[in-house]
Amino acid sequence: MLYDLLAAPFVDYQFMRRALVGALALALAGSPLGVFLVLRRMSLAGDALSHAILPGAAMGYLVAGLSLPAMTLGGLAAGLVVALASGAAARFSALREDASLAAFYLVSLALGVTIVSLKGSNVDLLHVLFGSALALDDATLLLLAGVSTLTLFCLAIFHRALVADTLDPVFLRRASRFGEFVPFLFLGLVVLNLVAGFHALGTLMAVGLIMLPAAAAKLWTRDLSAALPLAGCLGALASYVGLALSFYSGAPAGPAIILAAGVVYFVSLCLGRAGGLIRNLRPRRHFEG
Amino acid sequence: MTLHDAPKIILENVTLGYDRRPAVHHVSGEIAPGDLLAVCGPNGGGKSTFLKGLAGLIAPMGGRILRGGAKAGAFAHLPQATEIDRTFPICIQDFIALGGLRRKGLFSGFSGDEDARVGQAIDAIGLSGLEARGLETLSGGQMQRALFARLVVEDCAVILLDEPFGAIDAATTLDLLALIAAWRAEGRTVIAALHEFDIVRQAFPKTLLLAREAIFWGDTAQALSPENLKKAKDMAAAYDARARLCERDEAEHADAV
Repeated sequence: MLYDLLAAPFVDYQFMRRALVGALALALAGSPLGVFLVLRRMSLAGDALSHAILPGAAMGYLVAGLSLPAMTLGGLAAGLVVALASGAAARFSALREDASLAAFYLVSLALGVTIVSLKGSNVDLLHVLFGSALALDDATLLLLAGVSTLTLFCLAIFHRALVADTLDPVFLRRASRFGEFVPFLFLGLVVLNLVAGFHALGTLMAVGLIMLPAAAAKLWTRDLSAALPLAGCLGALASYVGLALSFYSGAPAGPAIILAAGVVYFVSLCLGRAGGLIRNLRPRRHFEG
Repeated sequence: MTLHDAPKIILENVTLGYDRRPAVHHVSGEIAPGDLLAVCGPNGGGKSTFLKGLAGLIAPMGGRILRGGAKAGAFAHLPQATEIDRTFPICIQDFIALGGLRRKGLFSGFSGDEDARVGQAIDAIGLSGLEARGLETLSGGQMQRALFARLVVEDCAVILLDEPFGAIDAATTLDLLALIAAWRAEGRTVIAALHEFDIVRQAFPKTLLLAREAIFWGDTAQALSPENLKKAKDMAAAYDARARLCERDEAEHADAV
């Protein structure tokens, strides 16, 4: 009975296994990355970047059709240009990062929509918007796994840099020549994960699997070394439950995964031990000293 | 004996500011190795800007700052605590250990001698027992102690302090002043921006009184004389929304060098 419910879809159908592998790869690296997005107060910046990728991917599609390399490169180029340009604008102009990011992504989104409407076949664009988790081919899976591996390595190698840059960027720039580049490295990783994510979940959904488990993990622990793996695990859980849900209900896989992540988030929001609603509204009895 | 080769710092006709508005206007002077210099003056007088200029965080709009071969980033700088994200989940021990970044870089491991430095700093600063506490649970005074402990671990020859005693109680202030005195005994240069004149008179032999322009730079008792303080107050009040371009000669000074 439990076997039928939880394991059978993935044992019986190859496309379900592929979807699971793709979503797990995305969750295991993207969700810990999301923890840093939350800590840097850039939750909405992730959303903005995901919008910025859309026109790039659409241009790749217009040039070469539904081709993995073209759409990946297009999305990557657009995302990196927006991330770099807004990062540089924030660094060297009077605007703060959120304002410059909003400005750049709005312009790139408008540009993308304009280009698409010049030569439009909207059906395939649904793939870009909402992904096709149930139709992942080998090349796409390799891309997802590769990005996931690279991201986890970078998070490990640059952990001290990311922590120092989030906590006290002015100090880091004084103490290390490398400090200037940390924000760009971080935004680069975010863009890479969003681009990998849009093949499985679509540009509009990918950011959900990065942000929601991260925000949920933050509600359970104040310890960063616990929050990072916890976010990855919650993301993996949401991927698994979401895919099983979509199998039985017939709901599209991408939104089902994000909905599952949403449930995880709302449960954490209510029950979380580190700042959840119930803890905050009904605090436990205070200590003696 | 000096343990630290603090460089001689020379300011040549330095103008610092933001958006073409000078906050520090045509200041020249020298800071000898091992000096203990207070920077005083009204709010908006350019104290923080002066320290940021010395720390290399902003480039001079005019003139130049000579650091005796030391790189701009080589000076330790205590910012006003509000510039740090205190909600970040990190314990005091790790926060203070980040002071070792200059020696260890971003990638190599923190070995036993770094741990020892951090332990000594925590003991010296009076934070023992709080090592595992998160940054956001600290009081204002404890946070200031943690920042000073990070400076101890940084171990720089020149230390810039931006309002180190703002909103700090008397006991903490005394402890921090003792630390500053110890730094001076070790031959380090300490430059602090502060408002507490009684502390300045007690602990700082030299003072720069700054109200956009240098009103006085030298002996503390003279710098904080009633006439000089009145001058500083009058200077600060004058902000001209339609200021004309400053015509004061940069060339004249350049010839003299």
